[in-house]
Amino acid sequence: MSSDGAGQGAVTGMADRSEPESRTDDDPERSGATDGAETVIESRDLDVFYGDEQALRGIDLTIPEHRVTALIGPSGCGKSTFLRSINRMNDLIDVARVEGDLLFRGKNVYDEDVDPVALRRKIGMVFQKPNPFPKSIRDNVAYGLEVQGKTDDIDERIHTALERAALIDEVEDRLDESGLDLSGGQQQRLCIARAIATDPEVLLMDEPASALDPVATSKVEDLVEELAQEYTVVIVTHNMQQAARISDKTAVFLTGGELVEAGDTNEIFENPEHDRVEDYITGKFG
Amino acid sequence: MDDQIRTESTRLQLTGGERSRVARERVYRLVLFLCAALSVVVTVTIVVALAVDAVEFFGMVDPVDFFTGTTWVTARDQFGVLPLVTGTLLVTAVSALVAIPIGVASAIYLSEYASPRARSVLKPGLEILAGIPTVVYGYLALIYLTDFLRGLGLDLGTFNVLSASIMVGIMIIPMVSSLSEDAMSAVPDSLREAGYGLGATKYEVSTGIVVPAALSGIFSSFILALSRAIGETMIVVMAMGLRPRMFDLTDPVGSLAESGQTMTSAMVQAVTSDVGAASPTYKSMFALGLTLFAITFAMNLLSNAIAARHREEYQ
Repeated sequence: MSSDGAGQGAVTGMADRSEPESRTDDDPERSGATDGAETVIESRDLDVFYGDEQALRGIDLTIPEHRVTALIGPSGCGKSTFLRSINRMNDLIDVARVEGDLLFRGKNVYDEDVDPVALRRKIGMVFQKPNPFPKSIRDNVAYGLEVQGKTDDIDERIHTALERAALIDEVEDRLDESGLDLSGGQQQRLCIARAIATDPEVLLMDEPASALDPVATSKVEDLVEELAQEYTVVIVTHNMQQAARISDKTAVFLTGGELVEAGDTNEIFENPEHDRVEDYITGKFG
Repeated sequence: MDDQIRTESTRLQLTGGERSRVARERVYRLVLFLCAALSVVVTVTIVVALAVDAVEFFGMVDPVDFFTGTTWVTARDQFGVLPLVTGTLLVTAVSALVAIPIGVASAIYLSEYASPRARSVLKPGLEILAGIPTVVYGYLALIYLTDFLRGLGLDLGTFNVLSASIMVGIMIIPMVSSLSEDAMSAVPDSLREAGYGLGATKYEVSTGIVVPAALSGIFSSFILALSRAIGETMIVVMAMGLRPRMFDLTDPVGSLAESGQTMTSAMVQAVTSDVGAASPTYKSMFALGLTLFAITFAMNLLSNAIAARHREEYQ
């Protein structure tokens, strides 16, 4: 996927564990055997606590490579918490505590020898509300490249990222204008460009279209499907139609921080195993 | 039915009780307006009072001599303001060198790094620093700081510019740090998360995202703190001496090591010296006050201009 091989494998001990070890031992329904794709991320019995409150309970889930995995469920079900535990963004919350394993290419990212900064350089993130920096469009995309030291051919990298994020036509002539002058949908595509400019292996998206209007939403959705050809995408969404449209695999979280069912998106939507999941996706609650 | 309609329409007229409600609203509005207007009235009064006496002073002393003269010896009727202006600017510059780096670094620590525990100790500490009377700072500069600096091998006079300026700098650290910290804390967390999500370190997020986003507030804190330094009186009266001296570009170290005088301190001297209220020495106070006012006013305008230029709208 990446032209920049040198940047990969920088997280201690991660590079030499390329063997996908998870495919055999999971039950097929849970792992959602998505036509033989390699597993990039795997959580095993993952618990997350905020203070005394348990936000996730014993999550077992695998994320297949170069696919879109959707995490769906009602508000407060822990789907965003799960997403943020993948790149250790929960570290920023003082009271957050994680138990269990979260493996990225076989390496537990919560091991003591893992540097969260190095981890986040391999796992990009796009947030719910567009959050461009109060800098120029160019500097917004350049920021990640600069902190990661990928400054050779920086103009070309910026151009490519904006192109991949389907934004280049709208901003090509005004790269020096503030990112905040863009519309909401453009800002979110700028944030996507910023996240993919550094060529991460995985892209985490936390309800990236929830603050956007329908036209901007459909642009972002198209983009997500595009991106999945090169990146592994994990996307949190409230919107079940969106999950059905763009994802290959779906994981359904329900209230209480439990993962109820995960698998092939078509399976989940057409023939869910659990009644609670069926109730949720048919709109009976949530 | 007709009656009802009439009642509805008459309800638009004010009843007695409603009339008094409207009257009360007017009173509230007036009282609030008067309070808001008071500061403007005071400011205008001060400027007029200063100007009237300053005009009298300039009747006795040529304004050109005043603004370009390099000797200030009131006993010999030499009223050249430049030694006092350079004295004030020197104090301001040195205090800025002390207060800006330390103040901004403290603000970054408090806003981005400190645990709630560390904050709960450090913030009140800084606030206490802001509450110390300036006469105490002056005393500390005269008695302890000069000795301490001499211990470091500096050849300082009993009264010297360096001690006084460093002490003024220490005094204004809390202004820089607390206003800068407010500006940094107002930067939305979503921007920090964006930075961390891109693999930035805490230091990179603090200096590359938070500080630039808070820049207008940080600059405002500099200007306010420096205005405070320009107007500071007691520390310089006590620790810097009363000898007006032009800043010597060829010997900056000597200028710092010896005594000097600021505009504020010359004003104190004018008002406390044993001269008649009609004498040019006494009147010089108003000309100095007006000059000082003009400088701080210009700094405030500058601060507003900088803040406006760097203002960023973030959601």
